Amino acid sequence: MGSEDADDQVRAAVDAVYRADSRRVLATLIRLLGDFDLAEEAMHEAFAAAVEQWPRDGMPANPRAWLVSTGRFKSITAMRRRARFDASLTELAERLEAAARETGGDDEESVEDDRLRLIFTCCHPALTPDAQIALTLREVCGLTTEEIASAFFTSPSTVAQRIVRAKAKIRDAGIPYQVPAVADLAERLDSVLHVVYLVFNEGYFASSGEALTRHDLSGEAIRLGRLLIELLPEPEAIGLLALMLLHESRRAARTSADGELVLLADQDRSRWNGDQIAEGSALVERALTMRRLGPYTLQAAIAAVHAGAATAAATDWPQIVALYDILVRADPAPVVELNRAAAVAMRDGPLAGLTLIDAILARGDLAVYVHAHSARADLCRRLGRADEARASYRRALELTRQEPERRFLERRLASL
Amino acid sequence: MKYLCLIYDEEKKMAGMSKSEGDAFMGEYGAFTESVKSSGHYLGGNPLQPVHTATTIRSRNGKVSTTDGPFAETKEQLGGYYLIEAKDLNDAIQVASRIPSVKTGSIEVRPIMVFS
Repeated sequence: MGSEDADDQVRAAVDAVYRADSRRVLATLIRLLGDFDLAEEAMHEAFAAAVEQWPRDGMPANPRAWLVSTGRFKSITAMRRRARFDASLTELAERLEAAARETGGDDEESVEDDRLRLIFTCCHPALTPDAQIALTLREVCGLTTEEIASAFFTSPSTVAQRIVRAKAKIRDAGIPYQVPAVADLAERLDSVLHVVYLVFNEGYFASSGEALTRHDLSGEAIRLGRLLIELLPEPEAIGLLALMLLHESRRAARTSADGELVLLADQDRSRWNGDQIAEGSALVERALTMRRLGPYTLQAAIAAVHAGAATAAATDWPQIVALYDILVRADPAPVVELNRAAAVAMRDGPLAGLTLIDAILARGDLAVYVHAHSARADLCRRLGRADEARASYRRALELTRQEPERRFLERRLASL
Repeated sequence: MKYLCLIYDEEKKMAGMSKSEGDAFMGEYGAFTESVKSSGHYLGGNPLQPVHTATTIRSRNGKVSTTDGPFAETKEQLGGYYLIEAKDLNDAIQVASRIPSVKTGSIEVRPIMVFS
């Protein structure tokens, strides 16, 4: 050792450990130190120590365990030092030291539990949805504040503030670092899945702005989905991963070469990603056999039917309507009814679909939802009711905030 | 940790209850209070007189003013509270979600600040 080549090798090894294991190390340190900020500081100290010591002493047999125990003891030492000026820290340092003597705390099982604890804590329903998303991307995915800000078109200081406030609430309100008890698991898992789905959607449907999709966020959401089913293979977690993969499989076909929106029926299906479809469809099968059908699994099953059709005309619409019938019962949201109406239009003709959409709009639901009006416009167009179609396209144009969608609606309007 | 569970509900709705409805509601509160006493969560708690009995006091520039009523008109009013001891927020949520008014109004759970 000591040669520059060997140093470079160790440095590369530290980098590799950082990429593969820094989130695990952090999750365990949060449990051991009981505080997000202390844990983050301790983790960075530990990696700094690794860069210094590993070239000299060689790589430890278990780098992750080394990092956890080094981070933990660096944190206790730092606290002891600060306790000389702030007596209130003495007790905390002693408590952490006593705990460190008692347990190793980094066996394989508790480390995997720590990753789940971190996810459930970041997605705790007592935090605002914005804070849940920012904290999850920061702590679980390891994105920087700047990366999160640019993904959500907001400023780094806004994201930083959200994270600081969320950590303060975790500490001050006593949000525990734990996987919820079985009785609460379903409800709490919903909250986690919702965060993952919001991150995916923001990446896939980009709610505003020039670009139609933001690939990085969808990729993070899929990584989160994989982590979740590895740690907690619940049917809806599997269903959500399947849904994300099946949507993602169509990414390349969703936009034309010049960045325009291409509807499902018009997409070049040879550009769909076969690996993602195969994986997504297999996950749907697996979730369906678990016999607890939730909204994510049902939506994934619908996406799998689309994925299985060689051409748009070959789509099994009766099957899709049947799945929507179950979905409406599981999740009676107006948006779900709207999608069911669109499927009914494909099975029974545009008039049947239009009747359903008009009934939804007549209730006042979805009055400001772009896709309700663009779907209505499309059915009117197919029925030859040009005036009604124009009025609905215009309403949709007033409501859209997305540049490619606006251009798409204008092309449709002009073609009438 | 200590948490204060603030109970918000519509006074109008409460006032509109028949005698048997009111008795049943009080019975639920009695049962809840007993259960948190036996589980060790209970530190204290009281119902409050309706908002029309409230007096709001302010002091500005050394001058005290006393006015009738609460400082904000809201649909739901603070109607009572429990002070509980809970392991953490999840434990406190478990307790608060069994307070009878959770079904008609809402419960705000606030950690008690501790000065070290």
